[in-house]
Amino acid sequence: MIEVQNLTKRYGDLTAVSEVSFRVESGQILGFLGPNGSGKTTTMRVITGFMPATTGTVKVAGFDIFDDSFEARKRIGYLPEAPPLYNDMVVTAYLRFVARIKGMARAAIPDALDRVLNRCGLTDVADRVTGYLSKGYRQRVGLAQAIIHNPDVLVLDEPTVGLDPQQIIGIRNLIKELAGEHTVILSTHILPEVVQVCEKVVIISAGRVVVEDMIENLTQGQTLEDVFLHAIAQEDSGEIVESATAIEEASE
Amino acid sequence: MRNVLTIVRKELHSYFVSPVAYVVLTGFLLLGGWFFFNLLSRFNLLLRIYTQLQQGAADQLNLNDFVISPLMHNLSIILVILVPMITMRAYAEEKKDGTYELLLTSPLRAGEIVLGKFFACFLFICIMIGMTGVYPLVLMVFGNPEIGVMLASYLGLLLLATAFAAVGLLTSSFTENQIIAAVSALVATLLLYIIGWPADTAGDILGPVLRYLSATEHFAEMVKGVVDTRDLVYFMSLILLSLFLTQRSVESLRWR
Repeated sequence: MIEVQNLTKRYGDLTAVSEVSFRVESGQILGFLGPNGSGKTTTMRVITGFMPATTGTVKVAGFDIFDDSFEARKRIGYLPEAPPLYNDMVVTAYLRFVARIKGMARAAIPDALDRVLNRCGLTDVADRVTGYLSKGYRQRVGLAQAIIHNPDVLVLDEPTVGLDPQQIIGIRNLIKELAGEHTVILSTHILPEVVQVCEKVVIISAGRVVVEDMIENLTQGQTLEDVFLHAIAQEDSGEIVESATAIEEASE
Repeated sequence: MRNVLTIVRKELHSYFVSPVAYVVLTGFLLLGGWFFFNLLSRFNLLLRIYTQLQQGAADQLNLNDFVISPLMHNLSIILVILVPMITMRAYAEEKKDGTYELLLTSPLRAGEIVLGKFFACFLFICIMIGMTGVYPLVLMVFGNPEIGVMLASYLGLLLLATAFAAVGLLTSSFTENQIIAAVSALVATLLLYIIGWPADTAGDILGPVLRYLSATEHFAEMVKGVVDTRDLVYFMSLILLSLFLTQRSVESLRWR
């Protein structure tokens, strides 16, 4: 469903993501992990068509995000790190606006609106202005916005950050429910969440993929934390070794 | 087209739900009303002096030259300052709030976003200038101004403001900082406003070029009541060029 191949993204001299490849099968939930600044958000921004890759390709539901951008974007729901809300709009007006720009038929919008309001627990705040909502509700409106047009692919960038435990459980259950009908990429720092929700894990560190495997293969006899720390430490020591050889070479 | 309308509605909604629209409209009408009042009382005074001086001298005075024309020029200066305040948030705020990500990851064409924002701004300007229509109405009730000239002046004012708006939208698309967007729009439009000043001393080649580039020159023609294709072409080219560049600027994120 999602195919990332040799994706590299440079900002000027800085390489944010380098030769990243992974696949997500239809209906799967992928846990997308990595330390801060490792290139998760950049990768997601390329997958959703917000910015182009420097080199490499991304295919979503069979459509190339660069060449067939329009078709690919129709099939993606995206919740960026900060929910993209218009702070002066009422929740329902905002969701209706999103439904329209996602290309939904006018007749289908009222039902879709009811569906996401219920699903995301927003019925109580449906007529409130988004700018005055609490963080938890803003996050849920963000999620509602991502699923309103029933996309094949969902890209969620840290959807549970800053929420209280009850809200986290709520959103986690929601994401579990969404699996099967949607393919999900879920970026997060909460590892137990990944174990509970995801089937597959990709860990990136310093812009490279260091682990890509099914969760049951990874957690045999060790916790995901061990896997994560080990994977990142490897990458770090790799860099140290590289720079050490570079110094040796330079001094020779 | 459907997408353009959706954006227009959203934009108009955010103009009128925030205090921006009301502050700008109130400010514009307040200043416009002050100008109109003063021009009218000066006209009254002149009328009284002329009638006392000699019989028939008052016929040299007419409402178009002494009230409408200076009023239009005054309003055009207020627009130089106010239009950037209307356009500055168009793209800059979306970038800052992260809603730009929503727009650009939706199946929208850059052109649709640009046109939607432009038409919303155009409609707002129509409302703004339309509300000053009370002044000519007052003149028509109590005097006999030339209607054709007034209509031409209003068309000129509308074109001028729309061109400024297109420039303002362009500068807003470059940055996520509203102040930078507003200041660069103000500088650009003010430059268009005054670029013709050295035209008389700039020589035979540069002079006419500067004069042609000057928005005021074209606007002044229309305020005189002359609607020439040259002037229409000038304003339309300015608008279309700005829209085209804005479209490129929005799209640039996709190939940068």
